[in-house]
Amino acid sequence: MINCFKMFSMDSRLLEIFLNSFTRILIPGLLVTIPLTIVAFFLAMIIAVVVAIIRFANIKILKDICRFYVWIIRGTPLLVQLFFAYYGLPKLGITWTSPFICAVLVFAFNEGAYASETIRGSLNSVSEGQIEAGYCVGMSYLQIMWRIVLPQALRAAFPSLMNGLIGMVKDTSLASNITVTEMFFVTRTIVTTTYEPLLLYLEVALIYLLFSSILSKVQTVIEKKLNAQVGK
Amino acid sequence: MLEIKNLKKKYDNDYVLKDISFKVEKGDIISIIGPSGCGKTTLLRCLNFLNDSDQGQLIFDEETYDMANINKKEINEIRKKTGFVFQNYNLFLNKTALQNVTEGLIIARKMAKEEAIKIGEEMLNKVGLLDRKDYYPSQLSGGQQQRIAIARALALNPEIIYFDEPTSALDPELIGEVLEVIRQLALEKRTMIIVSHEMHFVKNISTKVIFMEDGLIVEEGGPEDIFDNPKEKRTKEFLESYRR
Ligand SMILES: Nc1ncnc2c1ncn2[C@@H]1O[C@H](COP(=O)(O)OP(=O)(O)O)[C@@H](O)[C@H]1O
Ligand SMILES: [Mg+2]
Repeated sequence: MINCFKMFSMDSRLLEIFLNSFTRILIPGLLVTIPLTIVAFFLAMIIAVVVAIIRFANIKILKDICRFYVWIIRGTPLLVQLFFAYYGLPKLGITWTSPFICAVLVFAFNEGAYASETIRGSLNSVSEGQIEAGYCVGMSYLQIMWRIVLPQALRAAFPSLMNGLIGMVKDTSLASNITVTEMFFVTRTIVTTTYEPLLLYLEVALIYLLFSSILSKVQTVIEKKLNAQVGK
Repeated sequence: MLEIKNLKKKYDNDYVLKDISFKVEKGDIISIIGPSGCGKTTLLRCLNFLNDSDQGQLIFDEETYDMANINKKEINEIRKKTGFVFQNYNLFLNKTALQNVTEGLIIARKMAKEEAIKIGEEMLNKVGLLDRKDYYPSQLSGGQQQRIAIARALALNPEIIYFDEPTSALDPELIGEVLEVIRQLALEKRTMIIVSHEMHFVKNISTKVIFMEDGLIVEEGGPEDIFDNPKEKRTKEFLESYRR
């Protein structure tokens, strides 16, 4: 601890590195990490809702395909999926115009599988009686799903889905392994020139912490709003 | 107006409805009574195709339907003419009282929003809950929820309304308000089929009473016949169990 304190107070070189690298790390954070997370998470939600409804509604064949997808994704490491997609798939003729796009799709399909399970669980928690009541007032299955069941399921799933989002922000650091120039990638490059791993990895960790904390805050605010919407 | 012929329904290999036939005329208020598990709920659910049936004919306004082989279009045709009130209300929990009532009008019937809201408010007023129109189900008592469920069914102006034990899930002090609403509908000569254990209410309100046991109609007749002069021994025994 004392060493650490000394390090910061005594050494103006370290302070300079810290300040210089702060914007160098934050900018790819804002330009790569966050867009990567937002786009991938958005796609993940679409995938998750579609997969969850297919499995909930028990649609033949499609439901087996979805189950297979979830099984594969949940059973293999994210890092392996990234490598497989970026370095492996080109051997099958699937090439990527940029590692960013590859990372977006891998994160989307990865999170989509987990989130689909969350949403499926919440769909099941909406009482069957409401679906029947929907039929009795003449609504179609899709109308009932879209207007009655899905809104309640997403509301119930919201905290878990937000956890998934916060997890994804941190997991995007794995994309540095397939040459996506996000925050962690840039931090690693800076370390190779400054030889200050302690300082710089601490610094990037703080920035991740900052992003996660903002999201947690957002989560709390939205949760309050959602609950107010159903009178709770 | 509505006739059921030889309705049969089995779960696994047990018939829970063994051979049900009866007729409903316009303005009839038919009460179905019988011990728990005798098939009352299943019967109502079959009438609205929430359950499928193994055999039976349903004749609605001169149109004959094969209950065991019915397509979606025909089901919708029938559901348009019927309302259903569930034992545990089944209100849409993400909708306000008013939205619960207008949902079917706007989404299923494609009615203009303003018109639907006008009807919705009228119906809520009828069940005495207009002042609660912006409340969510979680903010309402069971009795209030059930009255909104009745308003929801009424809004679609059905030819007949099915009630499956509308007061069984309610605390005793809330039963009266719901029965009062149903009594109001009776005064308007609404056609209804009511499953209920409120014997006093049933006797007062019904034009016809059906006593069921074990998937069969044991006896049917006017409320005086059934309650004061039951012919069947089993009817007598059942009613006696309620007098105690
Ligand atoms: N989903 C189901 N699966 C199997 N058996 C059922 C199901 N629903 C009802 N039953 C059986 O059918 C019979 C009639 O039930 P029900 O119609 O609910 O009776 P009631 O409403 O008169 O109490 C009961 O014996 C019940 O156990
Ligand atoms: Mg029942």
